[in-house]
Amino acid sequence: MTGDIIRLFPEIVLGVSGILVILFAPFVPPRRQSLLGWFALFGVVAAGAADALTARDPGLAFGGSVSADSFSVYFIALFLLVAGVTILGSIHYLERENLPAGEFYALILLATLGMALMAAGLDLVLVFLGLELSSLSTYILAGYRRHDKRSNEASLKYFLLGSFATAFFLYGIAFVYGLSGTTNLMTLARRVGAAGGPNRTFAAVALLLIFVGLGFKVSAAPFQIWTPDVYQGAPAPVVAFLSVGPKAAAFAVLLRVFFGPLSEGSHMAFWLLWLSAILTMCLGNLAAIWQSNVKRLLAYSAIAQAGYILVGFAAGSADGRSAVSFYLVTYALMNTGAFLLVAQLAGGGEGRTEIDDYKGLARECPGKAAVLSVLLLSLSGIPTTAGFLGKFYLFRAAVDSHLIALTIIAVLNSVVSVYYYFRLIVVMYMEEGPAAVSTARLPGSLWAALAVSVAGIFYLGIFPSAFLEFARLTSNLLPH
Amino acid sequence: MLSPYIPILVQAIIVAGLGAAILGVSALVGVRKRSSEKLAPYECGIAPVGNARGRFSVSFYLVGMLFILFDVEAVFLYPWAVVFKSLHWAGFIEMFLYILILLAGYVYVWKKGALDWTR
Amino acid sequence: MVPLSYYLALSAVLFILGTAGFALRRNIITIFMCIELMLNAVNLALIAFSRFLSDLGGQLFVFFVIVVAAAEATVGLAIIIALYRNHESLSVDKLDSMKL
Repeated sequence: MTGDIIRLFPEIVLGVSGILVILFAPFVPPRRQSLLGWFALFGVVAAGAADALTARDPGLAFGGSVSADSFSVYFIALFLLVAGVTILGSIHYLERENLPAGEFYALILLATLGMALMAAGLDLVLVFLGLELSSLSTYILAGYRRHDKRSNEASLKYFLLGSFATAFFLYGIAFVYGLSGTTNLMTLARRVGAAGGPNRTFAAVALLLIFVGLGFKVSAAPFQIWTPDVYQGAPAPVVAFLSVGPKAAAFAVLLRVFFGPLSEGSHMAFWLLWLSAILTMCLGNLAAIWQSNVKRLLAYSAIAQAGYILVGFAAGSADGRSAVSFYLVTYALMNTGAFLLVAQLAGGGEGRTEIDDYKGLARECPGKAAVLSVLLLSLSGIPTTAGFLGKFYLFRAAVDSHLIALTIIAVLNSVVSVYYYFRLIVVMYMEEGPAAVSTARLPGSLWAALAVSVAGIFYLGIFPSAFLEFARLTSNLLPH
Repeated sequence: MLSPYIPILVQAIIVAGLGAAILGVSALVGVRKRSSEKLAPYECGIAPVGNARGRFSVSFYLVGMLFILFDVEAVFLYPWAVVFKSLHWAGFIEMFLYILILLAGYVYVWKKGALDWTR
Repeated sequence: MVPLSYYLALSAVLFILGTAGFALRRNIITIFMCIELMLNAVNLALIAFSRFLSDLGGQLFVFFVIVVAAAEATVGLAIIIALYRNHESLSVDKLDSMKL
């Protein structure tokens, strides 16, 4: 029993601190609401310590429905990083926009709890509950500026399409259950192995349905349609969180399901990933070129990034899987930082998000322009940044698996993406203007959040080896 | 193969026929007197007040949604109660924690004033 | 006894009806109800599997799905009310403030 609790400790800490934040919220005077943010951040750090504690004693817990192994430890650390940076970057934003703080931090903590359960859960029931916990929290967060029409719309679209996708995921689980009489991934592997491979038709239907469900969450084509509207309409710090966290969690579940017994000896799984990777990259990059709004541009860029990650999936090898894990961390650093900075620059009411608003920013605020440039350069994959190495590992895994056509398409797509990332940099540095975006000083908390992002990008871009070892451990998807 | 369903078919025919007969006979034989009283919408026998499309207070929706939540959350209590004895203390503690979390939600709702009808 | 395939066919029909309704209907509440229909189609499949496998796990899962669906309904309705107060309409065609 105590062993069980220790192996679930990070989740317990997250849940308890989420509930405490929401209980404290009515008792904290309105002018001291930032205290709740610091408390939430403390919860995240404590959960990180708990995560390190579980790493020392890996194993199964609660009758095999939860696993504390290097896979879950890695992904929970990633989610906590995203949650911590988002909380740091939101403290000033919430005060500026005069939004209630308690619910915001509580929802972030509970969404992180849901994502942690998705990564640690071996039972698909638990994975489903985690998925719903993280989804429901982020639906609310997307509509957090509730007097703003665009935020309402973003929230509703995210909610409708998200719950539509959940139904598919659930139907897929029902088929897995019908196929094997269990929802536990370990038992499933054992039973399917004993039966000499799964029933082909059932397994294919189940895989397809699960892919549709999770494909929506990671905005893989052709299920990416909701992404631009939601990213544009939702509050930017929320997008910083939801463009990374739920996406990484859905990828974690995809890793466990798609490299499990269901797809053994099946060509369908491979072609599904291959086709979706190409479609996602091309649709994301080609649409991004034409955007005039920064949040929308970054939304299409996020779609394209999901495409690169799917390349690692299609590679199908252990190298491909560890490249996916590595890339998800670099993507988290770049995207969270970029959206947090965009939130600050957009000014009160998030009014300034057009690319033209950034004209001449470099002259007025060289620091902010430099930070945004680093984040954009990393997103486009320029060497010495983490984005370059992440893409390099993904594409190398694809080459090693002899997916030459896919690799060529992926590289061409990266070249196209350089165009639109550089367009924003050129606007900041080359064009004249009084910058229309907010030129107010960066608040200290946001400064710290951006420092974490930028330092992480350079650290992973220049000294990746220690971290890569850690990512390699995650290619063992199920504990032995 | 379908023979066990024949009684159901017979019953369906009788039900449909009876309904049609009652409505049909009263439409043919019945006497109609139209008055303003009779054409008014029926509201439990009380004279209707105001427009039916009037606005509801938001707390109406709020209480409705909270009811759905707390009502359905109780579903876990039934299977738990059935096997309560064989679960011993572990089962009791787990359910206690679950209720505690629900209670935290209740305290939050209360503190936020969502249960205050007069607001 | 009714064979398993009957239940699965009914569940698939309900699921497809929900999907079609989701794509074709224009009223937000109706779309939302179509999603609920899809969840119930899944519940039916789970119960049928559970019965034919003589395993209680599936029925247990249905409990969780019901509770999650209720939570989803609450969040969804709250979002819809917030939207209605700003838009005064419940048609998805009017939700176009972000089109290019």
